[in-house]
Amino acid sequence: MEINIQKRVLEANENESERLKKFFKEKNVFVLNVMSSPGSGKTETLVKTLNRIMPKIRTAVIVGDICTTNDADRLQSTGADVTQINTDKFGGDCHLAAHLIESTAKEFDLERIDLLIVENIGNLVCPAEFDIGEDARTVVLSVTEGEDKPLKYPLMFRLAHSAILNKIDLLPYLEFDVDEAENNIKEVNPNIPVFRISATKEQGFDPWIEWLEKMVFSKISK
Amino acid sequence: MHELGIAEKIVEIALASIPEGIENPKVERMNLRIGKFASVVEDSLRFCFGIVVKDTPLAETELIIENVPVLVHCNKCNFEWEVDDPIFKCPECHGTDLEMLSGREIDIDSIELAD
Ligand SMILES: Nc1nc2c(ncn2[C@@H]2O[C@H](COP(=O)(O)OP(=O)(O)OP(=O)(O)O)[C@@H](O)[C@H]2O)c(=O)[nH]1
Ligand SMILES: [Mg+2]
Ligand SMILES: [Zn+2]
Repeated sequence: MEINIQKRVLEANENESERLKKFFKEKNVFVLNVMSSPGSGKTETLVKTLNRIMPKIRTAVIVGDICTTNDADRLQSTGADVTQINTDKFGGDCHLAAHLIESTAKEFDLERIDLLIVENIGNLVCPAEFDIGEDARTVVLSVTEGEDKPLKYPLMFRLAHSAILNKIDLLPYLEFDVDEAENNIKEVNPNIPVFRISATKEQGFDPWIEWLEKMVFSKISK
Repeated sequence: MHELGIAEKIVEIALASIPEGIENPKVERMNLRIGKFASVVEDSLRFCFGIVVKDTPLAETELIIENVPVLVHCNKCNFEWEVDDPIFKCPECHGTDLEMLSGREIDIDSIELAD
C-alpha cells in the first residue's frame, strides 16, 4: 500500500522563519544573518562594524558557537547587547534554526533595538538551508580559503545579499587571486555587492558600512 | 552535516503518516525527492537514516532518492534551462534576473507499506 505524503522535510523551520519575519517587522528590527567557514573573520568584522554603526544604529548580536564564549566576550566589548547560543546543548548542531533565534531574541529589549545581527555557526553548508527570519544574509570569505569556494558551496553564495572578502591585508603573502574569487561569487550571484576588507587592519569598511546602513534604514523607522 | 537532523525528521514524518490500526506495520520503501542544489549529501543521509530507523517500522526500508535538477527561469526573456555548473546567467539574453524553479527540494513523496 502506497501512502502519499508530499511534505517538505524542513517545513517546520520554514514556517517558524515566516512567523519570525512578521514578528521582527512588527518590532521594527532589521535582522542580518552572517555566515562563513570557521575562522573567516565574522567576529572580527562584526566587532569593527559595531564600533562604527553604534550608537546611531542600536544593535544586538546573537552569536552561535559550538562551545566557547570567546566570540561573545569580544562582541560584548563594543557595548552591544550580546547573547550566545551554545549549540552543543542542542546536540552539536551545525547551524542556528529559527526556533532558537526566536527564544533568544525575546531576551533583548527589542523596542530599543534597530538591528539584530546573527553570527551563525562557522559552516558554509548547513546554515544556508535554514532561514531564521532574516531580512538579509551576508557571507564572509577570507583570502586564506580557496578562490573556488563559491562554486563549491553555491547555495550559500546564491542566497546571500552581500559578500565580504576578508583578510586582504594578507594578499601580498599569498597566491590568492582576489579578482577570480570575486568573479566566482558573481557567477553564482551576478548582482551581489562584494566588499574587500581587512577586519583586523580595518581597511575597506566604508562601502560595507554604507550598504548595511542603507539596508537597515530602508526597513526601520524608529 | 545536518543529515542526521534531516534523517530524524524524515523518520518522524513517515511514522506519523502510517495509518492507525495496522498491526506490525513495515515500510518497504520510502520515496524522497532531493534537489541538486539542496545541501544534502546522499551517502551521509543514507548512513544517518540507517542509524535512526533501528527498532522502528522503517528498519528495513529501502530509501529511493530521486535527484531533482536545477531548473532556472529568466524573467527577462522567459527562457528556461537546466543548470549544471552553478553559473547563474541566462544563456540566451545574458540576463541575471532569474528564478530557481526547482533544485532545492528535500521532500518526502510517499512511503510503501508491506501488505
Ligand atoms: N590577517 C588577518 N587576520 C584576520 C582578519 N580578520 C580576522 N582575522 C583573524 O582570523 C582569526 C579568526 O577570526 P574570527 O573573527 O574569530 O573568525 P570567525 O569567522 O568569527 O570564526 P568562528 O566564529 O570560529 O567561525 C582570528 O585569529 C582573527 O584575528 C583580517 O582581516 N586579517
Ligand atoms: Mg566567530
Ligand atoms: Zn534570458
